[in-house]
Amino acid sequence: MAHSEFTRDAVKQQHPISLYLKVWGLLFVLSTLSYLVDYFHLQGILRWSLILLFMALKAGLIAAVFMHMRWERLALVYTIFLPPLVLLVLVGLMASEASYIFTLREWFFSLPGG
Amino acid sequence: MSDTQPSRTPTLGSQTGWTGVVSDYAGDRAAFRVSANKTMMWIFLLSDTFVFGCFLVGYMSVRMTTTEIWPPTSEVFALTIAGHSIPLILIAIMTFVLITSSGTMAMAVNCGYQGKRWPTASLMLITALLGLAFVGMQAFEWSKLIAEGVRPWGNEEGASQFGAAFFMITGFHGLHVSMGVLYLTIVAIRVALGKYDKKQGDPHAAGIQGGRYEIVEIAGLYWHFVDLVWVFIFAFFYLW
Repeated sequence: MAHSEFTRDAVKQQHPISLYLKVWGLLFVLSTLSYLVDYFHLQGILRWSLILLFMALKAGLIAAVFMHMRWERLALVYTIFLPPLVLLVLVGLMASEASYIFTLREWFFSLPGG
Repeated sequence: MSDTQPSRTPTLGSQTGWTGVVSDYAGDRAAFRVSANKTMMWIFLLSDTFVFGCFLVGYMSVRMTTTEIWPPTSEVFALTIAGHSIPLILIAIMTFVLITSSGTMAMAVNCGYQGKRWPTASLMLITALLGLAFVGMQAFEWSKLIAEGVRPWGNEEGASQFGAAFFMITGFHGLHVSMGVLYLTIVAIRVALGKYDKKQGDPHAAGIQGGRYEIVEIAGLYWHFVDLVWVFIFAFFYLW
């Protein structure tokens, strides 16, 4: 395939510098916020949901803007970002297995001489 | 085949067995309208996602199964600065350094696509230096923890699996940063030498398909990925 065809189809990754500076600033703010979650000793559901929220926002910004996924062909976006979702299945399986092992250990260590 | 059979489309069923497999793979068709170099970097990053994903799931499993208390990361990674113990401060600084390096890398990619040779090379070198600073701080963190008696098989603060997860995950990430520093330095030197400015006859040479400085964007993808992984490590290992 002639490379002229690629250059015609390929999106030219030229975006204003100000966009990168804005995202950079936003990443700084989000990192500071997630650090403050720890600094102020937030606990429980509030802590975990805030950590996950700031993590997802940061990851999304880096992938979408810095890695230019926002402007890539949708076929590439799906090819790269859909397969990692099966990791969630692994997380589910391992979490269920781990809580079972934990229960087993609690019971075992509570036995006399355990 | 006899002439009485209806004519088939030339590609379907024309070749069977391994000949067919080879001809399908060698069909010279592009699956993505994205340059092959960039696609391959993305596919490598996808495989790396699974490596780090498995490490983090493994960490989740050992942390959920242990009956001992997990060492309080907030205190383990605290630093005493001017008489005050500030929790997790070194990790926060490392995070800011890595985000800054991602910012300079994005600028380098931008300059690359505008064909600015010297700004691209120098911004990439700044990125590599920030990466080096990150690895240096990680080495400091490791030495501090090792001096405090944290080992992959045990520590005094709580669950013995803490050391195993810590050294494995941050070590593998640190290795990625170190390799990235090397990669960025090599590409920066080649940019500075004008290797990507020359007209190249070879269509497979780096930087032909997606513009001459595409290699800068590809190196940038790797670097941003390293930053992306750190976002997850920071959230799950240090903050959770």
